[in-house]
Amino acid sequence: MVMAASETKFHVLAVDDTLIDRKLIEKLLKTSSYQVTAVDSGTKALEFLGLNNNDHQDVKVNLIITDYCMPGMTGYDLLRKIKESSSFKDIPVVIMSSDNIPSRINRCLEGGAEEFFLKPVQLSDVNKLRPHLMKRTQTNVNKRKAMDEIVSPDRTRARYNELEVN
Amino acid sequence: MDLVQLQRQLVDYRTSLYHEGFLDEQFTQLQSLQDENNPDFVVEVVSLFFEDSERLLNELSKALEQQVIDFKRMDAQVHQLKGSSSSIGAHRVQKLCIVFRNYCEAQNVEGCLKCLQQVKHEYGIIKTKLESMFQLEQQILNAGGSIPV
Repeated sequence: MVMAASETKFHVLAVDDTLIDRKLIEKLLKTSSYQVTAVDSGTKALEFLGLNNNDHQDVKVNLIITDYCMPGMTGYDLLRKIKESSSFKDIPVVIMSSDNIPSRINRCLEGGAEEFFLKPVQLSDVNKLRPHLMKRTQTNVNKRKAMDEIVSPDRTRARYNELEVN
Repeated sequence: MDLVQLQRQLVDYRTSLYHEGFLDEQFTQLQSLQDENNPDFVVEVVSLFFEDSERLLNELSKALEQQVIDFKRMDAQVHQLKGSSSSIGAHRVQKLCIVFRNYCEAQNVEGCLKCLQQVKHEYGIIKTKLESMFQLEQQILNAGGSIPV
């Protein structure tokens, strides 16, 4: 693939403990012309970033997309570690989950996540990432827009009703 | 059977899988991600699903044979199975996992046993159907044709 000199290939760090979902998200991101690094845990994500080495950013990462339900460090824990770090707090973080739990979604958005995607993640979701990469500053307008999208999803596919207990 | 007949058979077969609720649009998404750079993408992802499912179904069987049943662990395993079936569009398996999780939550052994049997049954069916579909695709490729979308 020939890249124009002015085109930036953004680097996305994908975090998911399930192999199938890692493979899927990697393909979705590569199809959307992102450079991808996929790891299977929050700990590995932090190691990759270089968070453990005096908080110095070893590799340039433009966005982190992480699963919520992971053993050990959850996606939320990872989100908070990123946002509490002086070197990494400006990296946009997106959370994915197979469970549609409004309180969980709110918590993640309040915790600094740019978007919350319901699994299985689709190409239309990945298309929502680019604005977060172009615009690095977080505003309340952006956050509200993300919440509106979750409350009234514009997806055309039918979703079954899950009986979820928080 | 000539190429056109094979291709028609594949389209009909695939359509029936959607109509009968075995597959949902997520499977279509998977197919749309496959390209010349990744010509085996769907087969690879589905193979991972087969491996994952067989491992989880074995673990769930063992869990239900224990004197003391660890419902929390079972719930986590069903959650995994639900996730992977959802990721490939295995609709019936996914739906059953939701019911299964409810029985785990309620610590209902009878319900769990019944559900496990049903999930094993549905898994067996979708595995056979997908393998048949892949075989048909391979026949078409071997005959020099292309897979109809």
